[in-house]
Amino acid sequence: MQNESVVLRVEDVVKHLGGQRILDGVSLTVKKGRLKVLIGPSGAGKSTLLQCINFLLPPDEGKVFLDGREINGKSKKELLWLRQRVGMIFQDFNLFDHLTAMENVRVALIKVKKMDKRAATHRAMEELARVGLADKAGLYPAQLSGGQKQRVSVARALAMDPAVMLLDEPTSALDPELIGEVLAVIRDLADAGMTMIMATHQIGFSSSLADEFLFMEKGRIIERGAPSDLLARGSCSRTMAFCAKLSELSGEMGG
Amino acid sequence: MNEALAFAFERVIPGLNAGLWASIGIIVPAALLGVAIGVTAGTLRVYGGVWPRRITNCYVSLFRGTPLVVQLYFWYFALPYVSVGGVNLILSPVQAAIIGFALCSGAYQSEYIRGGLLSIKRGQLLAAQALGITPLHCILSVVLPQAFRRALPGCGNEIIYLIKYSSLASIITVNELTGVGRGIAKATFQNTEVYVIVGLYYLALVTLAGWLLRLIENRLSIPGFEVKNS
Repeated sequence: MQNESVVLRVEDVVKHLGGQRILDGVSLTVKKGRLKVLIGPSGAGKSTLLQCINFLLPPDEGKVFLDGREINGKSKKELLWLRQRVGMIFQDFNLFDHLTAMENVRVALIKVKKMDKRAATHRAMEELARVGLADKAGLYPAQLSGGQKQRVSVARALAMDPAVMLLDEPTSALDPELIGEVLAVIRDLADAGMTMIMATHQIGFSSSLADEFLFMEKGRIIERGAPSDLLARGSCSRTMAFCAKLSELSGEMGG
Repeated sequence: MNEALAFAFERVIPGLNAGLWASIGIIVPAALLGVAIGVTAGTLRVYGGVWPRRITNCYVSLFRGTPLVVQLYFWYFALPYVSVGGVNLILSPVQAAIIGFALCSGAYQSEYIRGGLLSIKRGQLLAAQALGITPLHCILSVVLPQAFRRALPGCGNEIIYLIKYSSLASIITVNELTGVGRGIAKATFQNTEVYVIVGLYYLALVTLAGWLLRLIENRLSIPGFEVKNS
């Protein structure tokens, strides 16, 4: 294992929220260019884990290392550095409603990276083109479909040149017919070698891209392994049972 | 009727025009100051720490909870007797009126701004934080532009109120529209003509302000933030 290829390491992270132990000692390591997929029932702690990684929720215990540097969460400068290096995609897109698609992508370049307006605009347009939305640059979030909003939010994260992207159920709030366009963008990112951790219920899609599935339940990772192993025919993994239930449900909906 | 018209044009209107400018000289700075105070206080009430929040809440309770006339009397008649560190602050009638109106108006404005701030989805703050945007920049470039748009109809309404309660400046001896009107009415006993015309002046001011506010609303209107004009 080459040490320099490790982008992100999480060690024994514990987080309490509202008196409940939401994360109960979670560890994982992500190497450059890999995609880790978090699966598991709602309430398992997937979102909390992702928010602990960029300290939107500071962990109560445990360590987070980015590029080999331990984040202690005390210095504002360090947090700023961490958050610039970690892109985040939310389930509900969280675009800034008063800014156009282009301005949404540009605002952090100007305010955080202190780029001048022209260079930032140029960069924002590049990223919008990358997610196929160059022609929607002037539209406001209220004028975009859910899929387009999520693609803008991907462009917004990419513009910051993140070392790793955290995707928190990026397609869960989308109508079924809009899921495909967002998954296509995520596939492009994986193909381009972006390091990612994604919480998702899109098992079929992610099993072809992920190098590891992490199955979470009650704040712990209770199963991990290559998707092909966990989902192998005849496997009696917890992951398999969960996925069977998911596909059964979607089968019911389809029929 | 002709007599009344002649009286209006010769006596009332030239006097009231001078009063009109005095009124505008109070309304405009008081409205601007009021909005500035309201935005600051409203922001502190939502995002400030414990003490800034307590202090601004006290300010709002105090100025919404006491009659404006009492506040004006205080600024003009009582303040000169209040010694702060050996200094007694004496305000001119116009200064007292502007400060009194701005502080009162700011208390109401802060309520509208607070409502606007609370309407902003928390997710956007998380997204800004995740991008490394500092809390100050987040408030200035993400939160306030949206909150202001949402608060604008309420803030405009408060400015309309301010135009009308500016008439109270006359009780602390400012010769604005109402004060001038009262002077003319007393001297000529033509109460009906004078007060009808004074009323029309305010109506014109409010109409003009309403038109300007709608212009601003339209200029700031963006998809998703449309102000629905009835």
